[in-house]
Amino acid sequence: MSTVAQKKGFLSVLWDYLTTVDHKKIAILYLISGGFFFLVGGIEAMIIRVQLAVPDNSFVSAGLYNELLTMHGTTMIFLAAMPLLFGFMNAVVPLQIGARDVAFPFLNSLGFWLFFFGGIFLNLSWFLGGAPDAGWTSYASLSLASEGHGIDFYVLGLQISGAGTLIAGINFLVTIINMRAPGMTYMRMPLFTWSSFVASALILFAFPPLTVGLFLMLFDRMFGAGFFDVSMGGNTIIWEHLFWIFGHPEVYILILPAFGIFSEIFATFSRKRLFGYAAMVFATVLIGFLGFMVWAHHMFTVGLGPTANAIFAVATMAIAVPTGVKIFNWMLTMWGGSIKFTTPMLYAVAFIPSFVAGGVTGVMLAAAAADYQYHDTYFVVAHFHYVIIGGVVLGLLAGTHFYWPKMFGTMLNETLGKITFWLFLIGFHGTFFIQHFLGLMGMPRRIWKFLPGQGLELPNLISTIGAFFMAVAVIVLLINIVITSVKNERVGNDPWGDGRTLEWAISSPPPFYNFKQLPLVRGLDPYWIEKMEGNTKMTPAEPIGDIHMPNNSFIPFVMSLGLFIAAFGAMYQVDWRASDGESFVWALPVLVIGMLITLGSMAVRSLKDDHGYHIHKEDLMEDEEGGRD
Amino acid sequence: MDTQHKFTSRTWPESPEKTTLEGKNKFLGFWLFLGGETVLFASLFATYLALKDKVPSDSHKLAADMFELPLVFIMTMLLLTSSLTSVYAMYHMKNYNFQKMKTWLIITVGLGLAFLGFEIYEFNHYVHEYEHTFTSSAFGSAFYTLVGFHGGHVVIGLGWFLLLLIRNSKRGLDLYNAPKFFVASLYWHFIDVVWVFIFTVVYLMGMVG
Ligand code: HEM
Ligand SMILES: [Cu+2]
Repeated sequence: MSTVAQKKGFLSVLWDYLTTVDHKKIAILYLISGGFFFLVGGIEAMIIRVQLAVPDNSFVSAGLYNELLTMHGTTMIFLAAMPLLFGFMNAVVPLQIGARDVAFPFLNSLGFWLFFFGGIFLNLSWFLGGAPDAGWTSYASLSLASEGHGIDFYVLGLQISGAGTLIAGINFLVTIINMRAPGMTYMRMPLFTWSSFVASALILFAFPPLTVGLFLMLFDRMFGAGFFDVSMGGNTIIWEHLFWIFGHPEVYILILPAFGIFSEIFATFSRKRLFGYAAMVFATVLIGFLGFMVWAHHMFTVGLGPTANAIFAVATMAIAVPTGVKIFNWMLTMWGGSIKFTTPMLYAVAFIPSFVAGGVTGVMLAAAAADYQYHDTYFVVAHFHYVIIGGVVLGLLAGTHFYWPKMFGTMLNETLGKITFWLFLIGFHGTFFIQHFLGLMGMPRRIWKFLPGQGLELPNLISTIGAFFMAVAVIVLLINIVITSVKNERVGNDPWGDGRTLEWAISSPPPFYNFKQLPLVRGLDPYWIEKMEGNTKMTPAEPIGDIHMPNNSFIPFVMSLGLFIAAFGAMYQVDWRASDGESFVWALPVLVIGMLITLGSMAVRSLKDDHGYHIHKEDLMEDEEGGRD
Repeated sequence: MDTQHKFTSRTWPESPEKTTLEGKNKFLGFWLFLGGETVLFASLFATYLALKDKVPSDSHKLAADMFELPLVFIMTMLLLTSSLTSVYAMYHMKNYNFQKMKTWLIITVGLGLAFLGFEIYEFNHYVHEYEHTFTSSAFGSAFYTLVGFHGGHVVIGLGWFLLLLIRNSKRGLDLYNAPKFFVASLYWHFIDVVWVFIFTVVYLMGMVG
């Protein structure tokens, strides 16, 4: 790659992205594919709401409804929310700690492609005989009884993309521990970095139980094992435990980075140092820790007994304490600040009451005895949409507006942004507030249709209307993105004017080596400190010298593709064996070929030395302002 | 320091695996990965304990009917010794003695292969003597999954050592491959520790009933 600006054709741009190991480009890949899956999941949600708009509707069939419901949840959690957060983590964390890249650029790219191919594999189920239909939780009693290959798509798709997630988590942990610029101590790290750090640690310890659960399911369904088969001595509750030991930390994997984004936004647009920084860090770590102790609150009605239920109830309620600490710190950050109501700030302000509402219903659900009433009703649906949309999705939308200029060098339109915000906020509360009452009235979750004359008509209709508001809001956002990209008005280093952290001290987008000289960090909010002393740039911590960069590589793509191919073989060898070798004869060869592609590319990676290359000092001097392409 | 720099036993650094930034990253990243692997095996152990001796009918053999101490004791000794020989290999790696490192690694691989041989014999024995198979009962599924995952790790560890040995056989040690040898040996120790738990939880506790 040369530093000389040149115009590139479409194919060479495509090749560049297929082989890139640059965290900023991988961020864009995550953003695009996460955004795509967000739209897919959104369309599924709209069909669900249309089906439930009126009683006794038959817009979709019962079976299709189950598939839509399952794919909506699975897609949104695994293929939209998490990758979008990874997008921002990739785009921002290395810059915030003053690093030139992540610790493992090659693995970073591998993590993305694994996620991508896993997601595509899962979604191909729609065209290959039907999607999974046992809910995003895929309880074993349902999924073992599910016919066709839907559940196999779920198991194999999540296994592949889960491997990518685990790799990404380890990569961020090592990056944050080893790659910080001089002076960037732990207690000077911006909160988004901190929350990404804790979320990555949660990934490291939460994903292996899911991996095991998925393996057991895979063995049961495809190789005749009996883990969950009661007639063989198996036990379906094992799946529930493994799933929720993963599942509850997972919700914190989602919310913590969103908390981080909001912390940056509150400080930036209140133009004040974040209130209670140390307490915020402590609360983040504590939430991460407690997140592993509460999984059984999803299983109160399973029959674990009153002692277990009581312990898990109390542990669950305890999480509300550090969460409350954070809420108060955000409010006190705004207190006395000179607040600027930009689009990101609007999202941040709206996030507080929305998320608190979700937290309150969380504590209600945590009362184990009461949960016997709430469990599996729309009350739970309302709860988790309040925390996930009111927390995670608002955070993602805020982050999109906030970091867009840093990632793309141009600002999203503020007026359109505010229109999106209001439509989305109204739509969100319109859809989900009323669902609390539907739940309390006894409407079970995951049902295909409801009967007339039970008082459920009006609330369901209102809920559907709200969903349409959210859909329009997303369309406005898309229009905004198109208009902004076409206009492409370039912005400077610090387009919001109030940037506090290192990423705002360099150009937008940053040069591919990020920092020509590593910056010297002299405190929390290092860029703000320099600004207060009248400097426009960071003080460098080193003289200009050669920079070592990693080489691009196509191997991550091929490795992931191999697993994608092998997954088809693994799935259809079941039919091959069921037909006594009559049909699906290609299944086993495909499995072998896929594995050979993956193992072969691993061997190539291991046998071929890859020492990277150096950008020379002289080129850096010439490239005064540093452009990316 | 440059990864391709040529060294002598005098200039070779104290901790060659952590001298470069790449090495440091690899070292830390691999420890973290082992943390994740620990949770993975913990989940498998929990599943095994929940399903131990859970069989569909009385005609199925249980743990106490099948496991025999001598065989697993030999396997344990083989694996523990192989951990020791890999420590010797790393000792010579740190002293920039490539030949001796290679020799000890080859011994390590040999011991690992012997372990695998016994494991295959063991599984074969259970299948043919006791009709204890992967699909015969939940107990069977859980047993073969836990012990088999460990066995799979042994296979990967052996393949890894061999690949490293073949790739580097002619070019000696440098700061590019030293971290690679080092993390491979870390992995080998981890496999060993997991086996100690399998020996205790599956076999010893299984034999007591
Ligand atoms: C104050 C903090 C929280 C408490 C006390 C809490 C408590 C609970 C409880 C007890 C349940 C089980 C309800 C049932 O199934 O009967 C539940 C479900 C759920 N919660 Fe929370 N929660 C909290 C925060 C969050 C956050 C931050 C998220 C996500 C970002 C979240 C996501 C979910 C999801 C997705 C479910 C439903 C899972 C399912 O069954 O499909 N919760 N929560
Ligand atoms: Cu939970």
